[in-house]
Amino acid sequence: MTRYQPVLLALGVAALVVAPLGQGNYIIYTLCSWLLFSIAAMGLNLTLGYAGQVSLAQAAFMGIGAYITALMTLNGIHWSLAAIVSIGTSFLVGLALGYPALRVQHHFLAFVTLAFNTLLFLVLRNEEEITGGSFGLVGMPRPSFFGVATDGNLPFYYFSLVCFLLSAGVLWWILRSPWGRAFKALRENPIRAESLGLKIRRQTLLAFAIGSAFGGLAGALQAPLVQFIEPGSFALIHSLKLLLMVVVGGSGLFFGPMLGAAVVILLPELLRFTEGYYLIIYAALVIVLMVYSPNGLIGLGLKLYEKFKPRREERRDLKQGVQL
Amino acid sequence: MAELLQILISGLAAGSIYALAAVGFTLLWQASQTINFAQGEFVMLPAFFVLIGMTVLGLPMWASIILGLLLALLILGLAFKRLIVEPMLPHGTLPLVIATIALGLLMKESVKEFYGATAQPFPAIFPQTVYNIAGASVSVQDICNLIVSMIAIGGLQLFLNRTRTGRCMQASAQNPAVAEILGVNVKRMVLYTFLINAALATIASVLISPIYLAKFSNGETLGLVAFIAAIVGGFNQIRGALVGGLLIGVIDNLSAVYVSAEYRSAMPLILLIAIILLRPQGLLGTPEGRTV
Amino acid sequence: MITKLLSATALVTALSVVPALAELKVGSIVELSGPGAAAGTNFHDGVKMGFEEINAAGGILKEQVAITEYDSQTDPQVSRAMVQKAIDDGVYAIMGTVFSSSTVVNMLVARQAGIPQFTGSEAPSITSMNNPYIFRTAFGSQKGVPKMAKYMADEMKVKKVAVVWANTEFGKGGHTSFLKEAESHGFEIVADIPTEQAQTDFSADVVRLKGVQADAAFVYVTEEESARFLREARKQGVTIPLVGETTLIGHKVIELAGESANGAMGHVGLTPDANIPAMTEMVEKFKAKYNYTPDHNAIKGYTAAYTLKCVTEMVGEPDSQAIAEKMHGLTLKVADCPGILMDVSWDETGEMSRESFFVQVENGKQVVKAILPPN
Repeated sequence: MTRYQPVLLALGVAALVVAPLGQGNYIIYTLCSWLLFSIAAMGLNLTLGYAGQVSLAQAAFMGIGAYITALMTLNGIHWSLAAIVSIGTSFLVGLALGYPALRVQHHFLAFVTLAFNTLLFLVLRNEEEITGGSFGLVGMPRPSFFGVATDGNLPFYYFSLVCFLLSAGVLWWILRSPWGRAFKALRENPIRAESLGLKIRRQTLLAFAIGSAFGGLAGALQAPLVQFIEPGSFALIHSLKLLLMVVVGGSGLFFGPMLGAAVVILLPELLRFTEGYYLIIYAALVIVLMVYSPNGLIGLGLKLYEKFKPRREERRDLKQGVQL
Repeated sequence: MAELLQILISGLAAGSIYALAAVGFTLLWQASQTINFAQGEFVMLPAFFVLIGMTVLGLPMWASIILGLLLALLILGLAFKRLIVEPMLPHGTLPLVIATIALGLLMKESVKEFYGATAQPFPAIFPQTVYNIAGASVSVQDICNLIVSMIAIGGLQLFLNRTRTGRCMQASAQNPAVAEILGVNVKRMVLYTFLINAALATIASVLISPIYLAKFSNGETLGLVAFIAAIVGGFNQIRGALVGGLLIGVIDNLSAVYVSAEYRSAMPLILLIAIILLRPQGLLGTPEGRTV
Repeated sequence: MITKLLSATALVTALSVVPALAELKVGSIVELSGPGAAAGTNFHDGVKMGFEEINAAGGILKEQVAITEYDSQTDPQVSRAMVQKAIDDGVYAIMGTVFSSSTVVNMLVARQAGIPQFTGSEAPSITSMNNPYIFRTAFGSQKGVPKMAKYMADEMKVKKVAVVWANTEFGKGGHTSFLKEAESHGFEIVADIPTEQAQTDFSADVVRLKGVQADAAFVYVTEEESARFLREARKQGVTIPLVGETTLIGHKVIELAGESANGAMGHVGLTPDANIPAMTEMVEKFKAKYNYTPDHNAIKGYTAAYTLKCVTEMVGEPDSQAIAEKMHGLTLKVADCPGILMDVSWDETGEMSRESFFVQVENGKQVVKAILPPN
């Protein structure tokens, strides 16, 4: 399996590069949307799947990123600087929010983040002078890099693709590093991890903050993509949608969030022929998936793979270990 | 002064409904580690069962309410437990949370598709006469809602503490393994919890739908308030959920008038964050030791 | 012999190249789920009924109209994507969206593609963005509110007003327009009470209203909230007149609020109770077809369908650009185009003017107090 991985990866990247060619505007737009939601979902996966913390505020961090980017680009500052500020701010806010909240049991973190998300929505909506309130901010320019403008849908797709590959790369690097292994240790057995000297609080705080930073980047991409942002796009329901993406795809698995984002964004499209019933079918499918495969779609795939893979026969006499 | 009294009374009336939703939520959490994100929709749905009884089947109001109760017990109690919670419990809380989120969505959209997207008037059980007490308008409906909620929750408390079944339910919630050893049918106790939640949700539904009007989206705000009330009041005490609900109802109204109407929803949220950080067991809850 | 055969073949070939049953495609992007589902469903049902009637009578320019619905989920970004999708699918005109927050976003896409869009939104900002392709099907609040304010100043002689409004793009638009009017008429705003979308408990807001001395209250929230507000106001014994614009005195509100709606008054652009036979007929047909009473959104959708038909026929071909150009400065008369129910004009920005009514609710019906000319 590992032998094929680089080849599969290269194929995947190639597929992403060719995907939008020859497609209508709507499809390209949807693909861009999928890429940026994948980035946010990857961040949430780090927090949730790897560090085991339930965060219901990822949409709020997207909102922070989007509004900062929008305000800065509308005032003539280049996107890359705005993006860096967005990521940094999300990281800091994540630290500030996580520090007190992680002292409590993990299901309480869910509620604190839920409250934070709703509070942020209220602030964004009420502080009209800064955020434009319910009217939102409109007309964010799409960035241009070294003379190449991303105004058209296709150039913007490639720009998003670059950001996506960079984020995936950074996440991969984090997970391969000692930090990443510490996260996994935390998830599997926090007590033992602590006994080995890992500082749980610091690790989980970092995971939460980094996950939030990814959300900030996703928001920074969303502002120029849609060229309009309003508080409603970052409300609690979108955090729940992101949570759904991570869990449906497979939490704790690297490609889970991308698959989950694809499902959440594209499935309504495929089901559109059912007209009014598509949300009902969609919700029912999610429930069935959760009942039969709590590890999400990738988990389901792995389970099926296990069934068909030639199994190793254990030597019966060695089952209990060597009896000396 | 009359203004303050009015706010308090309206807040208590609204809060009594929140309390019913919060109590059910707390029960489910205690008994089966289920964080039911569909609790708001659980309160929204029975009203539609009643409406179906009245409009489609042509039954009189009380018969429809009984029909609604039975359907709720069946679907929101039995079916929910058997089909969704039971298979998923061994896998941990998160998949169950996602499933309840999806379930809430399913219920909401089904009502919208199959019944209608617009709000429906709902018949009031209690008379709508309004009395003027010291300058505040109090309707008989408000008082009756408050009384019914108190009776329901008080009755539940008595049931849990004084009857054998109730104590078995408490035992199953606190330590299922030992309860099983002692001969308690844990599975059945958990089923009772779900049935009680369904019944409480039905009562809440029938009480608020005349005021809120039956609409598929009623569950959204109610669900959020139920969580906040349950946590603020105290996750492991039923009395806590009652106090939490009433408190949130009053604070919401007070902040709308005296603080800022734009940020009225913020006050309960800030309270939630404060309670979680400072006193996680809630106002009336007993501190839960950390299980290693 | 050969020539006969050749000519026969030519004839047969010519006859067999039957022109494909060309369909005119129209896209309806509306809120079919989410908080806007009630309004969107109404609008879409109106559009559907309109086009069904048009098709039954022969279609537009002798071609049948195929109307495809796209659910915007009351999410501005989704609505933008849906408009893009509809344009990719080859529609020549767009109906929708209803929610102002969505229209503001998705109309940019329609504009880029040069497709005329008939929206049901009422926020003033929509016609002030220099978009030559957007057309309203009901006036914006910046037209409706001044009419109402004028009535309040001239007929009702109010001086002190309290404002109750929904804190959304829709409500904000009405709020801003009203404040402007208040300044020009010299009203004193004694209370400014924002409320939430889908708010259920209005006791605190009514308490605030009672706490001030006002001659009247301007209430600008959506239908269900209007009903809840009216009930609460009646319960707490509010005596001052409650004046609204379109939503407060709508039929759905009267149905939901029951007795509490009596006494409320306001300005409406369209009312089934206005003794306009075309309107009453349309409402009856709608009720028979869909089993519920239409609200003003349904009427918007219905008139939009007929507007498109009449203008397309005036232009002579389904040319999106020509239609958009024709609409500016156009006045459509009911005599020429019965489906539009009342005479209507559009100006250069896509804003429409039409006669309207000031009504008061008495005994569960809207009673017309005055007919206000188009402005």
